[in-house]
Amino acid sequence: MPEIKVTPLGAGQDVGRSCILVSIAGKNVMLDCGMHMGYNDDRRFPDFSYITQNGRLTDFLDCVIISHFHLDHCGALPYFSEMVGYDGPIYMTHPTKAICPILLEDYRKITVDKKGETNFFTSQMIKDCMKKVVAVHLHQTVQVDEELEIKAYYAGHVLGAAMFQIKVGCESVVYTVSMHSSSYRCAAWIDKCRPDLLITESTYATTIRDSKRCRERDFLKKVHETVERGGKVLIPVFALGRAQELCILLETFWERMNLKAPIYFSTGLTEKANHYYKLFITWTNQKIRKTFVQRNMFEFKHIKAFDRAFADNPGPMVVFATPGMLHAGQSLQIFRKWAGNEKNMVIMPGYCVQGTVGHKILSGQRKLEMEGRQILEVKMQVEYMSFSAHADAKGIMQLIRQAEPRNVLLVHGEAKKMEFLKQKIEQEFHVNCYMPANGETTTIFTNPSIPVDISLGLLKRETAIGLLPDAKKPKLMHGTLIMKDNSFRLVSPEQALKELGLAEHQLRFTCRVHIQDPRKEHETVLRVYNHLKGVLKDYSVQHLPDGSITVESILIQATAHSEDQGTKVLLVSWTYQDEELGSYLTSLLKKGLPQSTS
Amino acid sequence: MKLYCLSGHPTLPCNVLKFKSTTIMLDCGLDMTSTLNFLPLPLVQSPRLSKLPGLVLKDGSTFLDKELKECSGHVFVDSVPEFCLPETELLDLSTVDVILISNYHCMMALPYITEYTGFTGTVYATEPTVQIGRLLMEELVNSIERVPKAQSASTWKNKEVQRLLPAPLKDAVEVSMWRKCYTMPEVNAALSKIQLVGYSQKIELFGAVQVTPLSSGYALGSSNWIIQSHYEKVSYVSGSSLLTTHPQPMDQASLKNSDVLILTGLTQIPTANPDGMVGEFCSNLAMTVRNGGNVLVPCYPSGVIYDLLECLYQYIDSAGLSNVPFYFISPVANSSLEFSQIFAEWLCHNKQTKVYLPEPPFPHAELIQTNKLKHYPSIHGDFSNDFKQPCVIFTGHPSLRFGDVVHFMELWGKSSLNTVIFTEPDFSYLDALAPYQPLAMKCVYCPIDTRLNFIQVSKLLKEVQPLHVVCPEQYTQPPPSQSHRTDLMIDCQPPPMSYRRAEVLTLPYKRRYEKIEIMPELADSLVPLEIKPGISLATVSAMLHTKDNKHVLQLPPKPPQPPTSKKRKRVSDDVPECKPLKPLLSGSIPVDQFVQTLEK
Repeated sequence: MPEIKVTPLGAGQDVGRSCILVSIAGKNVMLDCGMHMGYNDDRRFPDFSYITQNGRLTDFLDCVIISHFHLDHCGALPYFSEMVGYDGPIYMTHPTKAICPILLEDYRKITVDKKGETNFFTSQMIKDCMKKVVAVHLHQTVQVDEELEIKAYYAGHVLGAAMFQIKVGCESVVYTVSMHSSSYRCAAWIDKCRPDLLITESTYATTIRDSKRCRERDFLKKVHETVERGGKVLIPVFALGRAQELCILLETFWERMNLKAPIYFSTGLTEKANHYYKLFITWTNQKIRKTFVQRNMFEFKHIKAFDRAFADNPGPMVVFATPGMLHAGQSLQIFRKWAGNEKNMVIMPGYCVQGTVGHKILSGQRKLEMEGRQILEVKMQVEYMSFSAHADAKGIMQLIRQAEPRNVLLVHGEAKKMEFLKQKIEQEFHVNCYMPANGETTTIFTNPSIPVDISLGLLKRETAIGLLPDAKKPKLMHGTLIMKDNSFRLVSPEQALKELGLAEHQLRFTCRVHIQDPRKEHETVLRVYNHLKGVLKDYSVQHLPDGSITVESILIQATAHSEDQGTKVLLVSWTYQDEELGSYLTSLLKKGLPQSTS
Repeated sequence: MKLYCLSGHPTLPCNVLKFKSTTIMLDCGLDMTSTLNFLPLPLVQSPRLSKLPGLVLKDGSTFLDKELKECSGHVFVDSVPEFCLPETELLDLSTVDVILISNYHCMMALPYITEYTGFTGTVYATEPTVQIGRLLMEELVNSIERVPKAQSASTWKNKEVQRLLPAPLKDAVEVSMWRKCYTMPEVNAALSKIQLVGYSQKIELFGAVQVTPLSSGYALGSSNWIIQSHYEKVSYVSGSSLLTTHPQPMDQASLKNSDVLILTGLTQIPTANPDGMVGEFCSNLAMTVRNGGNVLVPCYPSGVIYDLLECLYQYIDSAGLSNVPFYFISPVANSSLEFSQIFAEWLCHNKQTKVYLPEPPFPHAELIQTNKLKHYPSIHGDFSNDFKQPCVIFTGHPSLRFGDVVHFMELWGKSSLNTVIFTEPDFSYLDALAPYQPLAMKCVYCPIDTRLNFIQVSKLLKEVQPLHVVCPEQYTQPPPSQSHRTDLMIDCQPPPMSYRRAEVLTLPYKRRYEKIEIMPELADSLVPLEIKPGISLATVSAMLHTKDNKHVLQLPPKPPQPPTSKKRKRVSDDVPECKPLKPLLSGSIPVDQFVQTLEK
């Protein structure tokens, strides 16, 4: 039986390092190629030796698909393509293709230049890797080869994020990171494509978050209060995505409240990121697109570039700094400076992976051991606001309702939370739900129907008949399937014989039925005719001029018995194709004719 | 399969294709050449235009002198300009299921179709096509509505009267169908019926037909369309270009294996080389400005203007024009310049790469930033304060009948220092200039039409090998003015089928097969028999379900034990309910064995 196999190399019952292998109808597709923020050793990348121990990966994979530019979804790409070796196509959307190399370069700089690692991919490798990328439009059907096609749907997670449908023949898989809308992105959308399998992230599987508006109000209130009492607010963010969303929020709030405290974002990446948002504005929501000619939402008046020296300035300020989990870089530096003052606040607007400073302070730790055995005491307020654009349980349930998959597979979430969601999905939708661990293979059996070519003549004949009494009622049709060189054609039996040069045999059954009837032959015939007409109301019964009767194609003739004139011999003749009606008629006639009064 | 041809204009097509129970309109172009018969609409009262003498007919009668005016031997209608609509009577347009738009120039009649014919279907177009199409319509409506004209002439349209008029009015076709411009509410209503599509997106129509837009390389978001079922393929090629300008290159490979290829929107100036024309444009512009004159460029607010600005960006400094102001005046100038920067995915590779940096793809962003290019919604307001001469002005409309261009024609026409440079190919420049004669200003004709020329077409047709080509009749003969140029027509085998306005073509094709799906349960029950080496047969008796034009074969509900053997006989007492099965009988009969069996 046809089957779809799924093996996560990363993100199986885990958050980070997304990388999922899918085998569908003989095609192998790798979904995402991410890194893990929580590790600095081999474990930061997926274990590609699972695919092959030696040799290049090109021979084993038909294509690679990247869902969006977050490093836990594309961070291992240069390692995978240039260091392990893959030359096939890598698909991603235009904004992802634009932003991905910049984040990769940033990641490389932090790892190599700052931490001094040597066995890491180089800038040139990033460039070579990006040359293998094919940018796709939304809704464009990309023919990877003759059988394998992929199609991107808007996912709304971050700029350029996409769901992907992978299809071979009738079998299909949909892979999505999330379904979520926000102030600058429109809601994700997919049609009722009924895939055999839906692979979805479940980062926030147990959270059903309160309305976006409440969260936004809460966020603004906290920032405002801190600034009012002269405190400093640190918002660790990743350069792209949430940062822009929150910038828009604060910008409009500052404008409305006429606030004076400075807002900064760390230079470099974020600034550049805003340019991307300006140029890829068609990927944002309707409102922003409509007003962009008058005012581009991503040109900020109140938000200025951050300089390292500003951190020591007295007075209130708000700073957006990267990275988002406080595991390195500028955000961590500022955090260390400000952590000791209880007037200050750090707002974590997203998920933090285990092992990062962000995760530690969110889990309540207030004494942190920094490099060199230093102990940092955290007195500043720590707030968590889930602005992360990952799907929550509600979003995932909506997605399932919309796409109507036959099976669901959860990745990119913690095992416990996944278990909860798995039960919920199985209860509500009665579909199988899987949550394989890394390296564990899930096999899903599919039962695809078989497409064949039907001759128009046969189809028209059948639908024409079908139209007569009840067009809605399905109609029984008869044809011959010709199987030749892997092609299937359904034609009428006559055509099949003709095409194959076969002679058709006529097989006729003939039966004599004796009837006691002293009348003249033609009168007998008339009686038989009337009788049959009375019984067989739905059939065409005809009395031909030559004295014979036809019921459909069955012929009945009457002759007088050569010896006994009182007995008439009815000759009933039918073809093999009319066997049932023929045998029925003989048995009917054998019972004799009713004593008619006529 | 039938093709209803509603427009006679080869570059502004409007055809309706009936294909497999769907009715598909291909483009709805608006023929605006009719406006050339009208007097220009000046923004400020023009003494010259208002003093033009009324028409006196040959027999001396003057009853038309209010409606028709004479200027330098030409007769013009003094009325709100009107457009020549596509045929609306050839078929019931309310039966049109979908409209496919190929580029923003070919959608200008859309409000007339969607708002006046009872149309209830969907329009498909790419995002840039819709956005820029909206700008073109906005500009059109705006430039006509802001100059309200009390008079609406109709006497001259009377067939008896029209006969008496001098050419070209005498020969104008379908004048009774000419209509005034639509309004903004109608534009908005029409555009709200559009569904956005992307290149290579497969769109199912009623399960019967699939349509797909392909990049056509002519303009931002411009597309050719594939209309296909499982067995038939119609390609609709409209306004395509193989030149590398700003849009994404043309997708030619996907046009292969077409049964029918409908070819419209070829270049209107087959003898001019666009690159040469751009060069001429620049040198004429520079020369005029150096001599202290002004340059007027009548143009559409989007399209070639982006390329011209890009050329000028590279040319200005080397030609010593850095201090000459460039003005772009249009109610949609700002929008057009802004929109051009945000369609990265629809641009050619070089421009995409710039966006990845991230930098604006078009250099006019820099021209604006450095104040070399300024844009204004109209000549009123800020423009009048900033206006410095000599200067270069880009403004519409290319017909010279409405829009701010009328003002500058009146203003600059008297001086031979000034130059008007025609770059848009849609209107004959001599006809456009007729109501401004006599004119002292220089006129330069540099039509830039990047659409396919006949050499490219014949190469394309050889490449994609369609079985049949359908095209407007204009393409099957040399242009009337150059009847000896037999190279300026489509040359292919078999010769193309041609159409003209209001004609219905029956397209040659023969459907023989349809797709049907066999459910797995039914497939399991089939018993294939190898009849010849490599060929197997199986008798199928199944329930046929047809829904949304998709056919599925399922197991019959109560399988009446399909008679797979000849020997089984069953006598039933009931009248057989369903039509008996009809297996076929064939093959060799082992006669001897058969006889032996009988003997037993």
